Amino acid sequence: MKLMLHVAPGIVRYPVIASVILETGALLNIERASIDAVSGEIVLEVPQDKCLVVKEAFERRGVKVVPLEIPVIRDENECVHCGACVSICPTSTFRFEDWRVVADSGKCIQCGACITGCPQRALKLVLR
Amino acid sequence: MQEKSLADINERIRDGSARVVTAEEMPDIVDELGLAGAVREVDVVTTGTFGAMCSSGVFLNLGHSDPPIKISKALLNKVEAYGGVAAVDLFLGATQPSEDRGIEYGGAHVMEDLISGKQIEVDAYGAGTDCYPQMELETSLRLEDFNQAIMVNPRNAYQRYNAATNSADRTMHTYMGTLLPRFGNIHYSGSGVLSPLSNDPNFDYIGIGTRIFLAGAQGYVMGSGTQHNPQNNFSTLMVTGDMKKMNNRFLRAATFHKYGPSLYLGIGIPIPILNEKLARSTAVRDRDITVPVMDYGIARRDRPSLKMVSYEDLKSGMIEINGNEVSTSSLSSFHVAREVALTLKQQVEKGEFLLSCAVEPLSRVGSSRPMKQTKESPNVGDVMSRDVVTVREDIGVEEAARLIVGGSFDHLPVISRDGRLMGIITAWDISKAVAGGKSSRIGDIMTRRVYSVKADEPIELAARTFDTHSISAMPVVDGDNKVIGMITSNHLSRLFARRR
Repeated sequence: MKLMLHVAPGIVRYPVIASVILETGALLNIERASIDAVSGEIVLEVPQDKCLVVKEAFERRGVKVVPLEIPVIRDENECVHCGACVSICPTSTFRFEDWRVVADSGKCIQCGACITGCPQRALKLVLR
Repeated sequence: MQEKSLADINERIRDGSARVVTAEEMPDIVDELGLAGAVREVDVVTTGTFGAMCSSGVFLNLGHSDPPIKISKALLNKVEAYGGVAAVDLFLGATQPSEDRGIEYGGAHVMEDLISGKQIEVDAYGAGTDCYPQMELETSLRLEDFNQAIMVNPRNAYQRYNAATNSADRTMHTYMGTLLPRFGNIHYSGSGVLSPLSNDPNFDYIGIGTRIFLAGAQGYVMGSGTQHNPQNNFSTLMVTGDMKKMNNRFLRAATFHKYGPSLYLGIGIPIPILNEKLARSTAVRDRDITVPVMDYGIARRDRPSLKMVSYEDLKSGMIEINGNEVSTSSLSSFHVAREVALTLKQQVEKGEFLLSCAVEPLSRVGSSRPMKQTKESPNVGDVMSRDVVTVREDIGVEEAARLIVGGSFDHLPVISRDGRLMGIITAWDISKAVAGGKSSRIGDIMTRRVYSVKADEPIELAARTFDTHSISAMPVVDGDNKVIGMITSNHLSRLFARRR
């Protein structure tokens, strides 16, 4: 399960992830992190059974947590199954099945490469 | 050798007894029955392709207004259409971007909107003559409101197309899609086994006047397309068809990020199996059609080819480049190409699509020469400074500051013991180091990821690198990465000022 953390400016200097790992004992994998002067976004892969305790641990530290259940959605009317999204995805979210593009949304880390890469503009990130 | 006539086949199509297969099914049939058997068993092989076909457009006739207008410029949903053909004929090109939404909406999108039944807004500007006094008008039109909407595409249905990858260290956004840095992926286009021209590379059937499936309508081959190059198996077609009969399932607008709009178009050609020659050419497989993988990281016309691969290799999803497995994917849709071939198969079976006799064969000789450029643009070597001061990484910041003040550049290339480029130091880097109180060795504060250019590259390339990376100077290096000069934005502005 993937969690998107929205980190407020004040917390950025505090080792939030390390402290949550120590508290919960969960094996967290940081899949994407982008932090600038005003805010930060971090995508974590969290083992399914630890999802709830990890989410609560972050929330107690003032981090907004959004589970990425369907990180990327596709407009089926726009998609022509070309495959422009297949080889540019860093986590292999898309693949061909009998020349139709199928998506395994669970793999998506919302990097956005496929959004601009799709010539039909059929893909959108679900942002909450 | 067994021969059939086109009239026999059309007769069977009319009475519903023609045996039709797609070009994907044909290779196995020929393997099983042999050529003579395939000629006996199969009457028609249908092909199909669905991909980006930038060189496409439509002639639109608006009818005459009252008072009449001779349109010199027209905007269709803010996309400019060419008005230099008579009074109310326009040519709308697929890749023309709009004036308000830029490349996210272009000529191709206007076409898709029209075919989807949407109304478009027209702004027309007149020349103002005695016979056409109207200067300006606005109107809203749907596809049925045009007298004619005739698609005329100068270059479609490439026989095969070069695959693309990128050696550079930044992502390239191209008409071959997003190409990740350092050979991060490979993109290809074309339907391979289903490609119309790959199934008849010698034009034994396809010629001027051949009836084709064009985005759901019955269109025609006008002749060979622009850049038609049959000698090198890069043949193309110029095609035409009535846009009013097209289907938006097979005509889709697209935008390539940071490149522009394009049109995805479905084209299919049914090929009659008149003889063993046509049975053999329609038995082509993906593995028989090869293309070079070109390096789009080199922004020159003659991009280097890295290796030859077949459509079978490309469709496998992985190709080895320099010892690494590189992921491949397509930009054209094989899924919809199949749908084109299957739709065409059904139309022929139902007697709705008859085959035609060409008026003339397609030209066996084409031309895809480079542009003749009469105004030579200078190369970097013609404008660069050769008296470049280079430094070693172990000198101190003070010494570097002295060299910058005493020299003519505020950039110092840093070189290794054997003269190779290692990094660059700017007056800004030095100021930053001094301001931060970290006055130390150059090696600690230099930029190691340094952009450079070669003396025989055109200045346009240097200008684009300056622009892309917001830099103002670059070392010029030779083939061994040794610094031989320096080019700055001052060199380019001087050149520009003198030209005017």
